Order: sequence, then C-alpha cells, then structure tokens
Amino acid sequence: MSDFLLELRSEEIPARMQAGARADLERLFRAEMAAAGVSPGAIRVWSTPRRLALIACDLPLATEAVSEEAKGPPEGAPDQAIDGFCRKNGVTRDQLELRDVKGRNTYFAVIEKPGRAVADVLAEAIPAIVRAFPWPKSMRWGAASLSTESLRWVRPLSGVVALLDSDVVECEVGGVASGRLTRGHRFHSSGDIVIAGVADYAATLREAHVIVDHEERQNLIREQAAKVASDAGLTLVADEGLVIENAGLTEWPQPLLGRFDEAFLDVPPEVIQLSARTNQKYFVCEDSAGKLANAFVCTANIASSDGGAAIVDGNRKVLAARLSDARFFWEQDRKTSLEDHAKKLERITFHEKLGTVADKVERVAKLARWLATEGIVKAEESTPQAKVQLGNWAFDAAMQCKADLVTEMVGEFPELQGLMGGYYARAEGLPDAVADAIRDHYKPVGQGDDVPTAPVTVAVSLADKLDTLVGFFQIDEKPTGSKDPFALRRAALGILRLILDNRLRVSMFDLIANAAHSGKSDDKGQDIASFLIERLKVQQRDANIRHDMIDAVITVEQRGDTVRMVNRTAALQSFMETEDGTNLLAGYKRAANILRKEGWEDTAERVARTGDEDPMENVDDPQMRAIYAQRGASGGLSYTPEAAEKALIDALDAAEPQAATAIEAEDFAAAMAALASLRAPIDRFFEEVTVNADEEIKRTTRLGLLARFRAAVHNVADFSRIEG
Amino acid sequence: MTAVAQRDPKNSFQDMILALHDFWSANGCLILQPYDMRMGAGTFHTATTLRALGPEPWNAAFVQPCRRPTDGRYGENPNRLQHYYQYQVILKPSPENIQQLYLDSLGVIGIDALKHDIRFVEDDWESPTLGAWGLGWEVWCDGMEVTQFTYFQQMGGFDCKPVAGELTYGLERLAMYIQGVDNVYDLNFDGRGVSYGDVFLENEKQMSKWNFEVADTDALFDLFNKAEAECRNCLNNNVPIAAYEQAIEASHVFNLLQARGVISVQERASYMGRVRDLARSSCEKYAEHMAPKWQAKFPEWSL
Repeated sequence: MSDFLLELRSEEIPARMQAGARADLERLFRAEMAAAGVSPGAIRVWSTPRRLALIACDLPLATEAVSEEAKGPPEGAPDQAIDGFCRKNGVTRDQLELRDVKGRNTYFAVIEKPGRAVADVLAEAIPAIVRAFPWPKSMRWGAASLSTESLRWVRPLSGVVALLDSDVVECEVGGVASGRLTRGHRFHSSGDIVIAGVADYAATLREAHVIVDHEERQNLIREQAAKVASDAGLTLVADEGLVIENAGLTEWPQPLLGRFDEAFLDVPPEVIQLSARTNQKYFVCEDSAGKLANAFVCTANIASSDGGAAIVDGNRKVLAARLSDARFFWEQDRKTSLEDHAKKLERITFHEKLGTVADKVERVAKLARWLATEGIVKAEESTPQAKVQLGNWAFDAAMQCKADLVTEMVGEFPELQGLMGGYYARAEGLPDAVADAIRDHYKPVGQGDDVPTAPVTVAVSLADKLDTLVGFFQIDEKPTGSKDPFALRRAALGILRLILDNRLRVSMFDLIANAAHSGKSDDKGQDIASFLIERLKVQQRDANIRHDMIDAVITVEQRGDTVRMVNRTAALQSFMETEDGTNLLAGYKRAANILRKEGWEDTAERVARTGDEDPMENVDDPQMRAIYAQRGASGGLSYTPEAAEKALIDALDAAEPQAATAIEAEDFAAAMAALASLRAPIDRFFEEVTVNADEEIKRTTRLGLLARFRAAVHNVADFSRIEG
Repeated sequence: MTAVAQRDPKNSFQDMILALHDFWSANGCLILQPYDMRMGAGTFHTATTLRALGPEPWNAAFVQPCRRPTDGRYGENPNRLQHYYQYQVILKPSPENIQQLYLDSLGVIGIDALKHDIRFVEDDWESPTLGAWGLGWEVWCDGMEVTQFTYFQQMGGFDCKPVAGELTYGLERLAMYIQGVDNVYDLNFDGRGVSYGDVFLENEKQMSKWNFEVADTDALFDLFNKAEAECRNCLNNNVPIAAYEQAIEASHVFNLLQARGVISVQERASYMGRVRDLARSSCEKYAEHMAPKWQAKFPEWSL
C-alpha cells in the first residue's frame, strides 16, 4: 500500500473559490481512480492561496490483473466470422480456445489484462484532472496562450508535485512537469523546497512558513483574533465568513489588532463594520458594554520583523481613509432632509414602464395609508385617533422610505439601504415609528429574516412589496422558470409572511385591486392571486403542509383571506392524518365515483378534477350554494328509508349546520369534527344500502343522498383535490 | 554639470517614477511617454489596448496622467484627485516570473516585503467600453490597494493570443505610502522640498471648478457628437488608430458631462452605449486591419 500526494501550485487562487476547488479535486480524483479500478483509502484535501493539495492513503501499487473471456462462433463457422472475432478481441487464431457449449465446440477468446502500476494510472489521471477542473472562472497565460487551446486554470499554474510515497509520478500538463519541488511562503522562504515523501509534505511546508491545512489556519485565525481582542480588553465580533476568507488569503496568518480614531465612532456602527469587513476584511470588536470599539483586527500573511507595527499602522491609515469618507457621507447626507433627498427620486427610473422611484413611492404611500385606514393593519391602540395617526405615519414613512437611495452613503454602500434612511430619519427628529418603518421596510428579505411587526413598518413594507408585485404583473414581467429579474417571488413571499405573521385579515383580491397601477392592464388579478397561492404552497411546504391540502381548501375558501386559508388547511391536514379522516376520504371517493359513474349531474360536477386547472378559477357560485341548501332541506322521502340510510340523513342533518357554523366562526377543528361524525354513517350506508336499487325512486333518492354527502364534505374542503 | 545622483524613491515622487523606469527598462521594457490625450485610465493608452491585440511580443512601461472629473474635490480631500498618475506596465506574452518581477519592482522603490504585508486579492477587470476583460488581483500593501494586476483575456471583443499581463500602479498612493504622508499634497515631489501641492493644488482647485461648474455643457454635447462623427469618418476611411483617438475623446467628454450633472440616469446608459460602440468598433477595425500583417509573421495565428 502506498500514499499519494498531488500538489497543484498556482498564482493566488481567489479565497471564495477554494472550498469548491477542494471538493472538485477530491471528486475528480475519486472518479479517475474508480475508472481505473483503484480504491483509495482516506483522502485529505487542503488549500492555500497558492496551492491545492490532495493526499490519498493506502493505494495499491498495481491494479489487479483481470481475465476476460469472450464467447465466439462455433467450430466450423466461416473463416470470416472467426477472423472478425479475433480482430475484435485483439487475439490471433491460435490463441483461441475451444470449449464445449451445449454439446458444440465453440471458440473462446481469453484476454488477460495484466495489472497496471498505480503510478502509471496516476500519471494519466493527473493531467486529466487538471484539464477537467471546473473553475468558476479560468484563464490562459504566457507564451502558450498564442493558441486558445492552451491550458486554462484559475490563475497561471506554476508547479505540480506528484509523489507516490517518495517516488515522483512522472507526468506533464500544460508545459508543467511533475516533480518533488515546490515553493514555500512567498516572503518567508526562498527558492525551491524539496518534498522527500508524502508523509513529509505538511511538515516540510510548515518549515517554509506555510500551514497547508486550511482548517488549521481557520482555527488559528479564529483563536488568535479573539485573543488579540481580549488582550486589549475587548471582545471580537465573531464572523465565520471572515475567518474563512482570511484563511483563504494567507499561508501564515497573523491576526493583529489596531486602533482607529475614536472620533469615527460617531458614524453608525453598521457603517464602520461594513466598511471594515467588505473593503478590508477586518474583524471589529466590542467593548464590555457591547458597543462597537475603535479597534480592528487584520490578518497579515507574514510574521513581520517589527512585530507587525508597520502593518498595523498601514492598515490603520487605510481604514481611516475609508472611515473619513464614510463620515463625510454621514455629515453630508444629513445636511439635506430626507424629504428633500426624496425629491431626487424623480430622476431615478424604477422601471421604464412603471415610472420613476418617486412615482413608486407615491403609490406605496397611498397604499400604506389605505392599509391603515381600512384597519387591515391595526394600530396598537384601537382608537379612531390611533388609526388616523397610523395612516399618517405610514404615509410619511412610505414617502421617505426610498430617500436614502440618493444619499452618498448608500451610493457607496448599497447594502445599507433602509438602515441609513432610518438613521437619517431619527437624526432629523422623525417619530421612532416612522424611522423604524423606513429602516425595516425592506424586510423580510430572505427566508430567515425577521418579519416586521410594528404597525407602521408592516403597512409600508406590505405596500412596497404589493406595488412591486402587482405592477410587474400588470406589465407582463412575471417570473418564468429560473428567471425572476425583479425578485417577484421574494416579494410574494414577503407579502405572505407579513400577512400570516401579523394575522392580517384581508382578501388578497382587495389587496391586489388596491395595489393596481392605474392606466395599466387590470385583468391580472387572477394571475397574481394564483402566483401568491403557488408561493404559499412553497412556503407552507416548509411547515410540512401538503400542497394538495391547500388546493382542497382554496376551491372552497374563496374570499382570498390567507390567514383563514392557512388555518383551514392546517386543520384539514391534521384531520386527514387521523383514522376518521382517511376513512372519510375513502367514503368520499366511493360516493364520488358512484355519482360519476351514474352520470349524476349537479353543480358540484363542475368542480374540476384533473388537478391541472387554475385553483382560483372556482369563483364563489351562489347557485351551487342554493342547490346544496335545497338538497339539505328535502328531508321528506316517499318511501321508508333503511336504517343506515336514515342514519346518514340524520348525521347529515346534524353535521351540515355544525360545520357551517364552525366554518363561519373559523373553528376549523370543529368543522373537521363535524365531518368526522359522518364517517361511521357513510361506512354503514355503503355496507348496508344498495344504491343501485331496482326502484327508480330509491335509486335517485340514494344518489341524491350521496350527492348531499359529497356536498357536505365539499363545504369544508374539496376532498377531490386530496391525494392518496 | 551635476553628476547623476542615486534614486531616492523614499523621499521623492519623481525618483520613485524614475526607479520604476530604471527597473522596467532593465527588464526589457520600452519606456514610453504618456499618450497626449485626456483619458480616464492608463489602460486606454494605445500601448495597452491596441498592442494587447495580435501575436507580436510587446513590453512597455509608461506613466499615464488620468482624468476622472467626478473625483475632483477642489483640492480639499487628502486622497482624491481629478488628475493623477498611473504607472502602466504591459508584458506580452505574460512572462512566467511576472509576479516576482512585480514584487522586485516594489523592492526597488523601497517596500520591504518582510515588514509590509503584501497580498494578491482577487479582483477581475472588465471594461465593457473596450470589449475587454481579464483575471487578476488588486495588490494590497498593508491593506491598501497599490496595484491592479490583470491577465488580459479579451480586448476589443477578441481573444488575446497571446495573453498580456498588465500592471497598473497608483503612483500617488504608493508614494504617500512610501513617504509616510497622509495628504497627497504633502508628497515631496523632487526630494528637494517641492511638494505635490506646489505642483498641482491650484490645478485641482481650478479644474474641479471647471469640471463641476464652469464647463459649457452645450459645447460639450457638441464635442461629443463631433467626436462620434469623426470616429465614424475614420472608421469609414480605414484609419482605426485615429478612430480610436476619437473614441477616447468621446469617452472623456462624456465623463465631463457626467461631472456637470446634465446626463440623466436614463440617458446615461445610452451615452455609455455610444462610447462603447465607438471604442469597440475602433479596436475591431484595428485588429482586422493588422491581421494580415500579423498572420504573415505568425502563420499559426488567426484573429
């Protein structure tokens, strides 16, 4: 058994690509070995900015010899056939063996494939791996790039170390020959480093000031950064992304703490942190009170001769220049009120067919006020004054919510949109509720993001997203496939989460109608509602709510009240998980099948069954209700019903009003319980009563009864939508 | 006659430049002079753009004054200028030891790599205007970006065959770093006490005012249109280098119009498209014009 080392050395590999490259290297190596029939033991993959390394343990020295047999034509077959068989298998005629197959002498070719030296397998595998490497971006370089066929790598490939134990695996790729020579740290080491054997690799590099194991560098940065902070009496603000990035930028990481001018702390802490993090890849620190401290931790790549003093000083200056820019923006921006900043939004196009950002803001403000005055978003107190104030604040906040887009700070740091608006609003003395709404109105942004709960914020956030969603649908810019350039799926999800988390009782049709942009096509309501429902299904899937349950509820829940819909779906799904539920579904399907077979026609037949239709096309049909109501009322029968028949009628008489009342009161669990009371009677009915009776009157009546049962179930949920 | 003194890059801006000239000259580069036109970056110099095309080896180094009208701060900001210098090195094909050469050049101007933290941080370069892109890094010295390092992959929409390596040093930044100065105007220009401010402060004040407040916008719009028309004229008459100059002119006039704040957000994209069209057409025409000569010398090569 042998161990194998492959080091692919190059100019600096982008930090963000290293994790993917490690995975790709291992995957490609395993694939090459599998194809050659070699099964390696443990595999380790390491990366630094200047090298990718793989160590595979316990490789055999040779692949196993394989003997393959091929059955050919029988003895006496035409020469042509026999020669063809020989050619195909690469043997001569005298090498063929004759064997008895079912009493006939038949030619066999036995091909002995000797084992191959694993070194040879590796020598072929290395160039193949390098050529197949899927870098996110790769390049050509040097004299060879006179042709576009030259090797591509993430940055110029400068060396390949390939050792099987202590022997070089000879190969060549892109003009680079393999060997045992590599380089150490760019500044702490000079000239070639000799790797004696696989086992010496990491230690030899360490002597040359390279920690080749990225995890070791990450640990070192994590611990040392925390330590230099605590040595200064501070706490490091942990940032795993920065740990990994800095480990990807260094071979000999040295976290160093520096201080910046305390005066910069006037600038909002998020700005300082962002500036330090994204531009400079520095950690920041907090004092014992949890406030941002005037300190940063940079990660150098050298153990410098002066203990890092010059490095810290240089980094301090760079940060100071960045922070003085930020402070300049912070001061400059506040010289103009948000209201005046907002005027400049007239110059920014939101979308060529949807006007400027100023136009958008105006629509959002009106919509936000409407949400408040309609009581859809409720004020914290239930007085008329509170409602009016909520409306005004929502309007004001919305009018100014995008103003920070034209500030210098957000121009420099687009990630700070909203947040800066909030700071500027507070600085000019706007009410906290307004400032909070400006700050948070983009929320919820991602899946895990907090959903606003403050009424003003909810109104502005909801209005903003509705305006976007509805507007883009009105100009036919809806998402298709993987394309969603205006992030409408995210907007829809935001809308749903705002509604559900805040239990906003409103019909989505009302929301859509009120968010409609005037002068644009107004026939998209159904499309938008369907889109929201699709998003709802996706969102509820995470809560383990089945999409067919949602479909079953949507057909009967036609007010478009999402909160009601979700509650009803949850109740339905938990009912369907009970034995009563499953049996009732079976009874329902049986009844529905009989009715269909008998060609029983009533309005309920219109309920679609293929599952492909638009779930919202079943608009509330008053006729249908009338028919159900009439059915329910026709109690008098012209013959004496059988006991089971009577029992079902009685059960329906009791269950129908119970379910109706419960649904009205939104007690969906009670509605399900009412349905559950039908399970035993319907089972018994099927057991004891012949629907297809000889007497026409009985047959019709019984079919009618089944239809009534089906309708009663339908009033709670459309069971035909439920799968299984 | 005074004997030529040793270079003193640590105390003199001009000596830093001269030291770089010495270094790159010794390493096989032509030392060129600045292009005599207003441009936003050294990359626009024909020694970079046009020479990056084609198969012929090309090694050159030069200082290029850069004009960024919107970066003007009336001489009040210690780091920002509307006129500053870039030092450009273009090496085609990119030599195997290009990184080491670059690091050696930092040594020559007095940066000790065991005292200062030098890093190659991913930063790919793209200029839609030139139909060009490349991969490379920004080079950090103690966290400060001092050089843009790019392997050109495409120029004017053509694959670079072979690839050129381009180094762009920000001279003022580097000098501020080396001299330990926090304000660009405090740089020692000649090592004998003339400051950068003595040379350029008044210039920055007046030019900032002109860029932002004075420049006659009607005349600028007119200039833009004329440059565009002349570029087309040159293209039609198969003088692509002249066409390219007009594209550079249009690009700078557009930057001035931007500084004057008279181009709306909507119009901006359309102006940029026009400049891009001119620059790309010029590069394309140049490549097509030169291709037969290149092919004659390099039979294996094709555009």
